[in-house]
Amino acid sequence: MTTTTGDGDPASIAIADPDQAERAANRRERVAAVLQRAGAFVVLVVVTVLASLIFGTRFASVDNFRNILEASSFLGLVAVGMTFVIVGGGIDLSVGSLLALAAVLAAYGSQYGSLVAIALPLGVCGLIGLINGLLIARARMAAFIVTLATLLFARGMAFAVSNEGNTIFHVREDLAVTWLGQGSVAGLPVPIIIAGVALLLGWVVLTRTRYGIAVTAIGSSEDAARLMGLPIARVKTVMYLVSGLLAGLAGLLVAARSASGQSTIGVGFELQAIAAVVIGGTLLTGGFGSMAGTLAGVLLLNVINNVINQVGTLSSYFQQVVSGLFLVIVVLVQRYLSREQRL
Amino acid sequence: MTATDLTAGRRPMARADVADWLAERGVYVGLLLLIAFNLAFTPRFADADNIRLQFVQVVPVAIIALGMALVIGTKGIDLSVGSVMAISSALLALFLGYGPVVAIVIALVGGAAVGLLNGVLISYFGIQPIVATLALLVGGRGLALVIAQGRLTEVFDPVLATIGSDRLVGIPIVVLIAVGVAVVVAVLVTRTTFGRYVVAIGGNADASFLAGVPLRRTLLSVYVLSGVLAALAGIVQTARLSASDPSFVGNLIELSAITAVVVGGTPLSGGRVRILGTLAGAMLMQLIGATLISHNLPDSATRMVQAAIILGAVFIQRQRTQA
Repeated sequence: MTTTTGDGDPASIAIADPDQAERAANRRERVAAVLQRAGAFVVLVVVTVLASLIFGTRFASVDNFRNILEASSFLGLVAVGMTFVIVGGGIDLSVGSLLALAAVLAAYGSQYGSLVAIALPLGVCGLIGLINGLLIARARMAAFIVTLATLLFARGMAFAVSNEGNTIFHVREDLAVTWLGQGSVAGLPVPIIIAGVALLLGWVVLTRTRYGIAVTAIGSSEDAARLMGLPIARVKTVMYLVSGLLAGLAGLLVAARSASGQSTIGVGFELQAIAAVVIGGTLLTGGFGSMAGTLAGVLLLNVINNVINQVGTLSSYFQQVVSGLFLVIVVLVQRYLSREQRL
Repeated sequence: MTATDLTAGRRPMARADVADWLAERGVYVGLLLLIAFNLAFTPRFADADNIRLQFVQVVPVAIIALGMALVIGTKGIDLSVGSVMAISSALLALFLGYGPVVAIVIALVGGAAVGLLNGVLISYFGIQPIVATLALLVGGRGLALVIAQGRLTEVFDPVLATIGSDRLVGIPIVVLIAVGVAVVVAVLVTRTTFGRYVVAIGGNADASFLAGVPLRRTLLSVYVLSGVLAALAGIVQTARLSASDPSFVGNLIELSAITAVVVGGTPLSGGRVRILGTLAGAMLMQLIGATLISHNLPDSATRMVQAAIILGAVFIQRQRTQA
C-alpha cells in the first residue's frame, strides 16, 4: 500500500525538535491523503446538493434517484472489474465490446431458454477475459494492445452473431432471465442489487483478502512482488478473467433490461469505466485504489449525465465534454496530492 | 536506424533470428504476399481505379499513423486523434462561410490546440499520455458534437471538392497530400535534431533529460504535430465525403493508426520510429480489409482477422525485445 505515515522521512529524523513547519507539513499530507480517498465523494455530494437546490423535485425525487442508480448499475459492474485491473497496474479496453457481445449472445441464447441466455454470454466473455489474462500475464504482452485487439475481436464477433448488426434478437418477456433486468425486490430494481453486491464483494476482496493484497502489491511494483514469491501470472490472469466476466454480466443485464441485444451498444464504455475508476481516486499507475471511490466515480458520472439531461437547453453532448473535463481535473488534483504526500 | 540494431550478432540462435527478421521486415513480406494473393485471386484488383481507391481510402489512417509513430517513438500514445478529426471536421463546416482557406486554417489550429493541451498535460503536469489523451478522446468528441450541434452538415465548396476528388497526373490529390506529409515526417525523424530527440526520449526519458534534451519542448511539439496531422486527416475526410458528420468521422481510427504503427515495426516501448514501415502497416491493414470484402467476407470477419494480426505482430515484437 502506498499510504504514507511520514515516519520514515529522513528530514524529520535530521531535525531533532519537530517544529511548527513540519507539523503543518504533516497536516497537509494527511489532508492530501484524505482528499485523495474521499475527493470524489465530496464532489458527488456537492453536485447532488447543488442540483437539488437548483432543480428541486425534478432532480431530488425518489424516482429520479432510482433512475440514476439503475443507469449506474451497468457501469458499476464493469468498473468493479476495471478497479482490480487498474490497481494491478493494467488496463482493460475490451469491456465495452464485451458488453455488446454479451448482450447479443444473451438475446440470441434466450431462444433456447433462460439457462443458455445466462451461460452463453458469461462463458464467452469469461473465455475472452481469460485469453486477455493469459496473453498479458503468461506471454507478457502489453495489456493496452492485447485488450485493444480483443476490443476489435469482440465487436466483430457481436456483429458476426447478429448478421452484421442487421438482426436484433429479442428476449421473450415470459422468460425468467428478464427478471434480472426488469424485476425488483422491495422496490429496488434487480440490476441495482446485483451491482451493489458486486461492489461490496469487490471491496471485501480488494481490502480484506490475500488476493486483493496481492493485486495491490503487483500494481505497486511487479518486480518486488515477484521477489516476494507472489504468483504474479495467476493473480493477473484472474484479474482479467473477472473483468471479462463482469462485463459479460453487465451485457446480460442490459439485454434483460431492454429485452433485446444490439451489437452497437457500449462503444466507448471502457473509457467511461476507466474515467469512473480514476475519478474515484484509483491511481492509473497501479498500486493504490479504492472500491468506494469507484462507486463515487460511477455515481458522479451518472449524476452529471442526469443533471445535463435536466437542463433542457444544454445539448446532451455537453455530458462528454464535462466528463472529459472532470477526468482532467481529477487527474491533475491527484497528481498534485500525491506530490504533496511525498513531501 | 538506431543503436538497437546492434543486437543482431552472429549467434546460432535460429528462432530468435527468424523472429528478429520478421519484426523487421514482416510487414513488407505480408504486404507482398497479400498483393500476390490478390493479383491471383481477386478479379480487377490491378485496375487503375481499384488501386487508386485503395490508396485514397488509406490516406486518413496513414496521415494519423505518421503522427502516431512519432508519439509512440517517445513511448507515448495519442488516443485523441479520432476526436480531433471530428473537431476539425466540425470547425471546417462551421467556418466555411469565411472561405475555404480560413476554414482549413481554423480546423488545423483547432487540432494544434488539442495537441497543445495533450502536450501540456503530459510534459508539464506529468500525466500519463494514455490518461490525458483519453480525457480528450471523450471530451473532444463531445466538443465536436456541440460545435456541429450533433448534425451532419453537407459541405459544398469548390476548393474542398477539388482537394477531395480531383487528380494530378492520375494521382488523387489526397494521396499526394499524404505523400507530402510522409516526406516531411521522414525528414524530421531522420535528418533533424528534433528527430534524434524524439528517439532519445523514447529510449530513456531520464537519461536524455540529463543529456540536455529539451524534454518538455520536444514532447509538446510531438503532441501538437499529432494533433495537426489528425486535423489534416479530418479535413481530407470531410473533403472526400463532402460532408461533416462529427458523430462518426474518425471513430476508432486511433486503433487503426496504432495498429499500423505497431504492425510496421515501431515498438510500443518507444525509442524507434519507422516511417516506411508505418505506411506499409497502414496499407497492409487497408488491403486486408479490402481483400476480405472483395471475397464476400463480412465486416465482422475483417475485424476479427485484424485483431488476430495485431496480436501476432505484437507477439513477434515481444520475442524480439526478449532475444
